[in-house]
Amino acid sequence: MNSRVNPMRVTTPPDSKRSMACLPARPGQLAGAEGIESELPSLDTATIRRDFPILQRQVHGKPLVYLDNAATSQKPRRVIQALVDYYEGMNANIHRGVHALAEEATDAYEAARQRIGRFIGATEPAEVLFTRNTTEAINLVAATWARENVRAGDDILITAMEHHSNIVPWQWVAERQGARLKYVEFGPGGEIKLDEVASLLTPRTKLVSMVHMSNVLGTINPVADVARLAHDAGALMLVDGAQSVPHLPVNVADLGCDFLAFSSHKMLGPTGVGVLWGRRDLLDQMPPFLGGGEMIDLVGRERSTYNALPWKYEAGTPNIADVIAFSTAVDYLSELGMDRVRAHELELVAYALEQLGSVPGITLYGPDALQRRGGVASFSIEGVHPHDLGQIVDYEGVAIRVGQHCCQPAMESLKVGGTARASFYVYNTPDEVDTLVRALLQAQEMFS
Amino acid sequence: MSLDDLYKETILDHTREPRNKGELPEPDVATRGHNPLCGDEILLSLKFGSDGETVQEIAFSGRGCSISQASASMMTVGVKGGRLDAADSLGRNFKALMTGTGSGEGLSGNDDLEALQGVKRFPVRIKCALLPWTALDEAIETWRRASRPAMSRPLSASGDHPAAVS
Repeated sequence: MNSRVNPMRVTTPPDSKRSMACLPARPGQLAGAEGIESELPSLDTATIRRDFPILQRQVHGKPLVYLDNAATSQKPRRVIQALVDYYEGMNANIHRGVHALAEEATDAYEAARQRIGRFIGATEPAEVLFTRNTTEAINLVAATWARENVRAGDDILITAMEHHSNIVPWQWVAERQGARLKYVEFGPGGEIKLDEVASLLTPRTKLVSMVHMSNVLGTINPVADVARLAHDAGALMLVDGAQSVPHLPVNVADLGCDFLAFSSHKMLGPTGVGVLWGRRDLLDQMPPFLGGGEMIDLVGRERSTYNALPWKYEAGTPNIADVIAFSTAVDYLSELGMDRVRAHELELVAYALEQLGSVPGITLYGPDALQRRGGVASFSIEGVHPHDLGQIVDYEGVAIRVGQHCCQPAMESLKVGGTARASFYVYNTPDEVDTLVRALLQAQEMFS
Repeated sequence: MSLDDLYKETILDHTREPRNKGELPEPDVATRGHNPLCGDEILLSLKFGSDGETVQEIAFSGRGCSISQASASMMTVGVKGGRLDAADSLGRNFKALMTGTGSGEGLSGNDDLEALQGVKRFPVRIKCALLPWTALDEAIETWRRASRPAMSRPLSASGDHPAAVS
């Protein structure tokens, strides 16, 4: 089979089993995946799985099949141990003590910043600001840069596939400052078109904020091309990398963006840490985010001066332990190699789309070309509500996400109330995809 | 706790063949309820008897999981033809059952509704079961507010969903 039906919104009639054009099983033959069949040795999932203690547990008496990685990933023992080591060995507040523990903790925290910066190709650690999560990183830009630079009559451009965290802060900016929030719609294949982006850009566009990889559709957006278009129009480019940084090789210089936001907990690290990477000249000019300790230089009775980058944006005692453990997660991913992580997930999602495509009455959402798709498979099954699907497969030990995925506008565009979503990571296997498909068939059986 | 505690045959039956599904052409009151977590929504339309105190017709539409659909279906059966006070108390008793503050005794022998008892052991699904009942509360309240002072019907010019509340 050389051609393949666009999996987006293709519904197999319940009575025509396996009538949907399926993906070939071997990734080297995949439509749109040319060049993916790499020389890279594939990930050794058996070894990797042993690094993740939680994968040993059972759920409802069945081995856990964790396919909710787009929500949060599991943590390797090494990351969990980094937290224990920190609290048992060097816990102290940073940047303010002269004692040994304070120095060690400060060094570990700043070394983490360096390693995390290197992971995304930052020119210098000062461009890496720690936040609580991606949401806070985006809010930081909205509350600082946008507050000073977006004026009445200006435009902010986002897409209809954004997570709520990349919508609501801009709605506030638009409301507060009299700007307009514009949307790039996505097509039936779950993809946005560059000429549509270009047509929406005007001299009044101040910012384009776009998800790199959609948590619902799996779409990998051409953010580098969009960044060029944005810059040509005089706008800045923010990339929501919450789903891309954990799963693809991401380099800020290659993206050519001005801001990149991402979260630790979706990439094997602990919850409670996010990153805003920003261009140094912008970060230097922007006003601070939160006021308090650490972010100041001199504090007078009436006014204060501020600390240098990156501390200007890190008021108060930061999440020291989790930042350090996050850098351990980044090291773990670097050792696996992000190219191999990507290749592994591409293979899995190809297999998943093929297997899911054989489920009667299924509709798969997302791009046709695997090259432009991450390790996410969103779907709905005729006659079984996603909420029921999620509940029933849970009893087979399978964890998937169901509902709106914090993307109500995207659900509206898809004209669905919600979807079910399986999302993959380094420890997932084709066998787990098979377990999911078996569980889905059971759910279908129950409601037939 | 097994999956059968949740998906009892009675529930599956109401899911497969929902009673009173649809929209009344000229309702006295229509309300919309939604659950932002899962995107489910329900549209309830009601017609009341000439005394203003009887549920003459009730229908539901919208989208939802098996639990919310079954609960809506059972609810319409439970309140149709009865008095508003009875619908109120059935709703109160059902909520008490779901939230663990009541035993289900007040369900006036409604076996179908009792089958939904299993839902309370699945905390995230309780909201699904309560969605239609919350919409019913709103519908009754809207009706009473609009009809009590003058006993006149709150029909709007549009005629679509005269007293729609969302």
